[in-house]
Amino acid sequence: MSERSERGPAHKTLEIGMALLIGAFGLVVIFGSLKAGINWGAEGPRAGFFPFYVGAAIVGASAINLWSARRDDDGRLFASWGQLRQVMSVVVPTAIYVGSMPFIGLYAASMVFIAWFMRWLGGYRWLTTIAVAVGMPVLTYLVFERWFLVPLPKGPFEEWLGL
Amino acid sequence: MEELANLFHGFAVALQPYNIMLMIIGITLGVIIGVLPGLGGANGVAILLPLTFSMPPTSAIIMLSCIYWGALFGGAITSILFNIPGEPWSVATTFDGYPMAQQGKPGEALTAAFTSSFVGALFAVIMITLVAPLVAGFALRFGPAEKFAVYFLAFCSFVGLSKEPPFKTIAAMMMGFALAAVGLDSITGQLRLTFGVTELLNGFDFLIAVIGLFGIGEILLTMEEGLAFRGGNATINLRVVLQTWRELPAYWMTSLRSCLIGCWMGVTPAGATPASFMSYGIAKRLARRGNNFGKGEIEGVIAPETAAHAAGTSALLPMLSLGVPGSPTAAVLLGGLLIWGLQPGPMLFVEQKEFVWGLIASMYLGNLAGLLVVLTCVPIFAAILRVPFGIIAPLILVLCAIGAYSVHNSTFDVMLMLVFGVLGYLLKKCNYPLAPLVLAIVLGDKAEEAFRQSLLGSQGSLGVFFSNGLVSTIMALGLVALFWSAIQEGYSRLRTAMA
Amino acid sequence: MKPFVLNVALAAIVMSCANGTASRAAWEPVRPVEFIVPAGTGGGADQMARTIQGIVTKHNLMKQPLVVINKAGGAGGEGFLDVKTSSGNPHKIIITLSNLFTTPLATGIPFNWKDLTPVAMLALDEFVLWVNAEKPYSSVKDYVDAVKKAPSGSFKMGGTGSKQEDQIITVGIEKAIGTKFTYIPYKGGGEVAVQLVGNHVDSTVNNPIEAVAQWRGGKLRPLCVFDAQPMAYDEPIADGKAWKDIPTCKSQGLAMEYLMLRGIFMSPKATKDQVEYYVELFKKVRATPEWQEFMKNGAFNTTFLTGADYAKWVEAEEKRHEGLMKEAGFLASGN
Repeated sequence: MSERSERGPAHKTLEIGMALLIGAFGLVVIFGSLKAGINWGAEGPRAGFFPFYVGAAIVGASAINLWSARRDDDGRLFASWGQLRQVMSVVVPTAIYVGSMPFIGLYAASMVFIAWFMRWLGGYRWLTTIAVAVGMPVLTYLVFERWFLVPLPKGPFEEWLGL
Repeated sequence: MEELANLFHGFAVALQPYNIMLMIIGITLGVIIGVLPGLGGANGVAILLPLTFSMPPTSAIIMLSCIYWGALFGGAITSILFNIPGEPWSVATTFDGYPMAQQGKPGEALTAAFTSSFVGALFAVIMITLVAPLVAGFALRFGPAEKFAVYFLAFCSFVGLSKEPPFKTIAAMMMGFALAAVGLDSITGQLRLTFGVTELLNGFDFLIAVIGLFGIGEILLTMEEGLAFRGGNATINLRVVLQTWRELPAYWMTSLRSCLIGCWMGVTPAGATPASFMSYGIAKRLARRGNNFGKGEIEGVIAPETAAHAAGTSALLPMLSLGVPGSPTAAVLLGGLLIWGLQPGPMLFVEQKEFVWGLIASMYLGNLAGLLVVLTCVPIFAAILRVPFGIIAPLILVLCAIGAYSVHNSTFDVMLMLVFGVLGYLLKKCNYPLAPLVLAIVLGDKAEEAFRQSLLGSQGSLGVFFSNGLVSTIMALGLVALFWSAIQEGYSRLRTAMA
Repeated sequence: MKPFVLNVALAAIVMSCANGTASRAAWEPVRPVEFIVPAGTGGGADQMARTIQGIVTKHNLMKQPLVVINKAGGAGGEGFLDVKTSSGNPHKIIITLSNLFTTPLATGIPFNWKDLTPVAMLALDEFVLWVNAEKPYSSVKDYVDAVKKAPSGSFKMGGTGSKQEDQIITVGIEKAIGTKFTYIPYKGGGEVAVQLVGNHVDSTVNNPIEAVAQWRGGKLRPLCVFDAQPMAYDEPIADGKAWKDIPTCKSQGLAMEYLMLRGIFMSPKATKDQVEYYVELFKKVRATPEWQEFMKNGAFNTTFLTGADYAKWVEAEEKRHEGLMKEAGFLASGN
């Protein structure tokens, strides 16, 4: 047993979880391939032929990974709770950012996201924060929409501005 | 030497001040396009294509091909600095380029990448100049079976040996294949694995997976350490370029090999992305410090970059002489040629001499100009790493989101990117290798398509993969590559037994 | 500021009336117009869309930019669904190819052309039967005899995509001469032509623009065109032969006709003014020398239809596709 200075989920738990998750994905693939037809038709393999064996290989490999993960017993931590909290402090806002994009558009969402990140995680002064949070989307707008004519998702805010 | 006379005439065309100006504009735009993930070379050229209609065709193609060179150069920048490949073919550059940047050697990595790109492209252009007709004839021999063999070879030379547990490698690789299969099956025209979800019609795009797995995953890993992370405080000035240059000649063998691999993959035409993976895989096996690959070996930057550029450049050859694009970007350029009323094909070299040789000359000059532009910017690029993580991280995340969106103009892809990001973080922590997964996404559907096309042609007989000298040779090479470590071990045992 | 803008706008309207362009539509785009291509970059539809974009930009035909966007997923299904769901958004138009009919039929995605507003037919793309120039068949008859003599299924026909126009034509030929081909689908038309040059397939039904370079290079030979009358272009291409000299397949005893729609649709619920605006725009595009050059390079059939005529044509064509695909067994199996 290694020395534990901090607490957190065991590496083993995550390994097992990952193997199960990937195995489940394999099952979904097998199920989908069965729907597409997995036999060898008159003109070579049908649409589901390859995915079926790929799915089977995923399930097989995951079973072995699961077995070796269960034997694995060195008591390592996956990460400490503190570290995971740090990671989640990025994942959760990014998820909100990404999830809100279809509704409020990319630009407004980006401003809020950058500002939030810099102010609360980075601890920057408001002035710096706002300069970057506003500057970056404006620059993006100019580069993508004006120069390269690539439309990015827009929301009511841009509609109101008539962009 | 009629070719040489034509080439010099081409230089005269390309060196007109108007064309030089377009060249520099093209390179700069290309670098910007290459740096912004998602706005890849193909998109970039397609977007700018209509702007070139009012130019003479030769000037237009010079500018567009320079955008292409620029994008090739630019793709390496974000790979090395942030582990985010701006273009598919720079994925392999991240394997050693990013660790180098982490160790405070971003300047060295960038210089090596740019210089190798230039060497690869130069090699390919020289090949085009000298042996264009010969090579074009060779490309005609590639039917579906031969193409499958090439993909097989690319795959085998990359996988085969890795430090990760073998069943984790298999699981990761197979996940890649499964993801590549989602969407429309191109042989039967049937939808598969979409489960009625409209957003999945498109399948999983390689770039979205890569931006997530590599870019976002890396940010999450960094976040474990908190915001204390600071970029390396390497001395950042132009001297680093010269220092790196002094080191590079020692790796001439890797460069040469990568050039050959690149040209071969570009002509066949499998494209730049498989070429970069294959070159990296082979260099890893053959290099003296191969075991250190993945930890910041400069050779691990040289190999994929050289091959990617050699392939990207030589891909233009089948496009010009046969009308078959060797890459998505070449496909767009091809469209451009048709719009200007130039018909790529066997007659182009005869009827449109000025155009063809102007283009070839611009390949020489464009690449040189590109190298100068990007090398002078090395200190600036490297300095980006000095920006504190608290500022750069949200900006990277926003850029990744834009990149993921602009691949298919879909917000669903942006969410997918985040899912891939979390997955990348977990997989990496659990010791699953990401590279085979990514390679499987790139090559999976193409290889399957070629495989099934071959079987259609042979009416179901697998013998088609050994039906002629060319395809048998490539398949055999693939098998050798796959079992390389076993062969090597057997050989060394044999030697000890003999001694 | 506001009144000034208004004045300028008024002045512009007055001027345009004074110019005598009486048919000017009342509606105009106020935002960039998205031009959806339900196919990948570099293909035929993409080329046409980008040519139009270039012409519009060069001749200043629109006040707002025209932005080309590729939505190729699911054999173009992605693009059609995108326009279908943008009901009432007049800033979105789409260029179609035959996948307008074939994709919903073959994949079962919930879409029908009636979901969109028809704008105009720009042109029709021709299909030509090609063989390798080394092969001994110099006429359709030689070719058909050779196909019939070979064991069923041993003759390989290369084409673009699966269950799309090329394969439909192949099925049509099979029906007309009572034999079977092995159809091999590839990603792009240029690739198909090169596979024919390399003798990896025995014949193709490439569009003129996809194979013309190989014809001129003496590698391929056109046998007949799948149209009711020969193509209109009489400029010699190879061996003193012009597009015009290629006989129709029907006249050679191969009863199959097929033309591919290159047409424009817009989002559902568009008003009459809005449709009118785009019809006028495309009339102007068609009048430019660049467009005529493009038509000539691709040997297009330049039929132009709008309004009810266009809708009638599309409807008839949809029926025909349904019939052909049903017979071939290409319809989605309730996926």
